[in-house]
Amino acid sequence: MAIKAENRLTTLKVVSYILVAIWLIIAAFPFLWTVWGSFKVQGDFFSKADWTNAIYGIFTTRETGGPFTLNGYYGAWIEEEFWRNVINTTVIVFFTVVISLTFGTLGGYALARSGYRYAFWLLMAALVFRAMPHITLVSGYMLPFFEWNIWGLKGTSIIVLVAINQPFTLWMLHSFFLNIPKDMDESAMVDGCTRFQAFRHVIVPVMWPGVITTGLFSFLLAYNDYAVTSMLLSKPNETMVPAVASFLGTVQVQGNIMFAVAAVVSATAPLFVLILFFQRQIVSGLTAGAVKG
Amino acid sequence: MKHRTFFWFILPTLTAMILFIALPIVSVMIQSLFVQHEQVLVISKSCGPFGCQETTSIDTEATAALREAQPLGRFNGLGTYFDRSHLATAEVAEIWRTSEGLGSFLPGLMDLKFYKAMIFTLTYTFTVTPLVLILGLAVAVGVNNLPNALRGVAIFISLLPFLVATIVGSMILSWMVDGEGIIGATLQNIFNDPTLSIKASTPLMWIMLIVYGVWHTLPFSFITFYAGLQTVPQDTLEAARVDGANKWQTMINVVVPHLMPLVSFVTLMLLMDNFRVFEPIISFQAEAHAQSLSTFIQSDLKEAGNPLYASASATSMLTIIGVVILLTPVLIRTWRDFNRKAH
Repeated sequence: MAIKAENRLTTLKVVSYILVAIWLIIAAFPFLWTVWGSFKVQGDFFSKADWTNAIYGIFTTRETGGPFTLNGYYGAWIEEEFWRNVINTTVIVFFTVVISLTFGTLGGYALARSGYRYAFWLLMAALVFRAMPHITLVSGYMLPFFEWNIWGLKGTSIIVLVAINQPFTLWMLHSFFLNIPKDMDESAMVDGCTRFQAFRHVIVPVMWPGVITTGLFSFLLAYNDYAVTSMLLSKPNETMVPAVASFLGTVQVQGNIMFAVAAVVSATAPLFVLILFFQRQIVSGLTAGAVKG
Repeated sequence: MKHRTFFWFILPTLTAMILFIALPIVSVMIQSLFVQHEQVLVISKSCGPFGCQETTSIDTEATAALREAQPLGRFNGLGTYFDRSHLATAEVAEIWRTSEGLGSFLPGLMDLKFYKAMIFTLTYTFTVTPLVLILGLAVAVGVNNLPNALRGVAIFISLLPFLVATIVGSMILSWMVDGEGIIGATLQNIFNDPTLSIKASTPLMWIMLIVYGVWHTLPFSFITFYAGLQTVPQDTLEAARVDGANKWQTMINVVVPHLMPLVSFVTLMLLMDNFRVFEPIISFQAEAHAQSLSTFIQSDLKEAGNPLYASASATSMLTIIGVVILLTPVLIRTWRDFNRKAH
C-alpha cells in the first residue's frame, strides 16, 4: 500500500515536471527563434526546404557574406524610420504613466479612506469600465475628435490612455492604500495637519512600492496598446505597436518582411529588460488584487 | 473622510473617466441612432430635338454641405440595430422558417456578419477561459514542486508571452505557422501535404487563434495560482497526509478549495479580456475566417474615407450589453458581500 502511494507520487511529479518543461519550451521558443532569425535574411527565416538553414544561415552567408546580418534592423530603423515611432512611444508612454499615477494615487487614496457607500459604487463603476472593450470606446471618440480637430495628436492619445488606465490604476492603488494603516495619516491630522498635508507628508513617503508596481502596469498598458493608438494617431505620431502592424501590410508586398521582424524584436527588447529588473514587482502586482480577495 | 475632501481628491480621476469613458458610451449610444445622410439627388430635365429626358445625378456639393452641417446624419431610431449586418431580425426569422432543425439553422446564422462575429467571440471566450484555468493550475503545481533556484527562471520565462504586446506576440506566432515558417513547414512535412496551410482554413484558423489565446493568457492564471499555492496552510496539508490522503486527493480536497476565491477572480479577468479579443485576428490576418465583435467594429471604423459610425456604434452598444451580461453575476455577488459586511 505504502509503496503504491509512493509510486503514484513520483509519477505525478514526473508528469508535472514534463508539463512545466513543455510549457516553458512553448513560452520561450517563439521568442528565441524570432530574435535569432531577425539577424538572418528572409530565405533563412522562412526556410521551407530545410529548417536548419535558419540556424546555420546558408542564405544569409550567400547573400551578405556572413552568417549574421543587420540588414533587417537597418531597413526598419533607417529606411522605414522606426526611430520616429520609438520617440513617439517614449513621449506617449512617459506622460501617460506620470499622469495616470498622479490621478490614480489621489483617487485611490480617497477611495481607501472613505467609508461611504458612494466610494463602493465608484469602485464598481470602475470595474465595469475596466471591462469595456477599448474599441467600443474608440468608436465613440472618432466623430467628436474629428469635429473638434484634435484627432491624430499625441496629446489626445495620452489623455485617452490615461482615462482608460484609470479604472485599473484606481483598483490597484486603492488596495495598496488599504494596507497602509489608517492611524498614520489620522494621527498627523490630530496633530493639526489638513487631509492633504497628511497625505503629502505621511502617505507619499511610504507609498512608493505600490506606486512603482502600479506604474509598471500603466507602462505596459500604454506601451502595448493597439486599439487606441492605431485608430487615434496620425501617421507621423504613430507609436511602435501600430507601426509594426502597418509594416506587416506594406513590407510584405515589397518582400521586406525582415524589416517587420527586426521591428518586432526591437519593440520586445525593452519588455525583456523590464521583466529582468522588475519581475518581483510584476508578480506581486498581478496577484495583489487576487490574494487579498 | 469628509465629503468635500473626498471630492477634491477624486476629482481628476473622475473627470478623466467621465469625459473619456462615460461620455463616449453616451456618444456611441447617440451615434447608433443616426445614420449617414443619403446622397442628394438632382433631377434635371434636358430637352432636345427628340423630346425631353430626365437625368438623375448626385449633387456632390449639396451632399457634402449637408454632411458638414449635420455630421451625425439623419435620425434612424433603432433601425441600425435590426438591419442586415446587426441583429438582422428579418433574416433570422427567414432562416428559422426555411431550416429544418438546429443543424441547418446555425450555418445559416453564420452567413450573417454580426452573428458570425458573436459566435466566434463566444467560442473563443468559453474555450480559452477553461483551458487557461486548468492548464494554469497544472503548471503552477508543477512549478511549485521545482527546486527554488529554478522557480524564478520558470516565472521569468512565463512572463514573456503574457507581457509582450498582443499584436507583437501574435505576429511572432503567425510567422512561425506560416506555410514557409518553421512550424507550418514542419506540419506540412509531417502530414506530407505541401498545400496544408493554417491560414487558408477556417477551422484551423479558429484553433490557431484559441491556441494563441491560451499561450498569451496562461501565465496570468499560472502566476496567480502559484501565489495562492504559497499560502496553502501547511497544517491542513499535514493533517491530510496523516489521514492517509495521497497527493492527488490532497490536491482535490485541500488545495483546490483553498484556491477557489482565486479561481473566481481569474475567471472574471479572463472573461473580460477574452471577450474583447481583437489584436490576434489583425496579426494573423484572419479577418476572412474569423471576425470578433471588436474587429467587426474596427473594420467599420476603418472603412476608407467614409467610416460607418452608425454601424460601428450599434455593434459597440450590443458588445457593451454583452459585457454587462457577462459581469452581472460578479456584480451581484460583490453587492451581496458589501451588504453583508455593512450590516
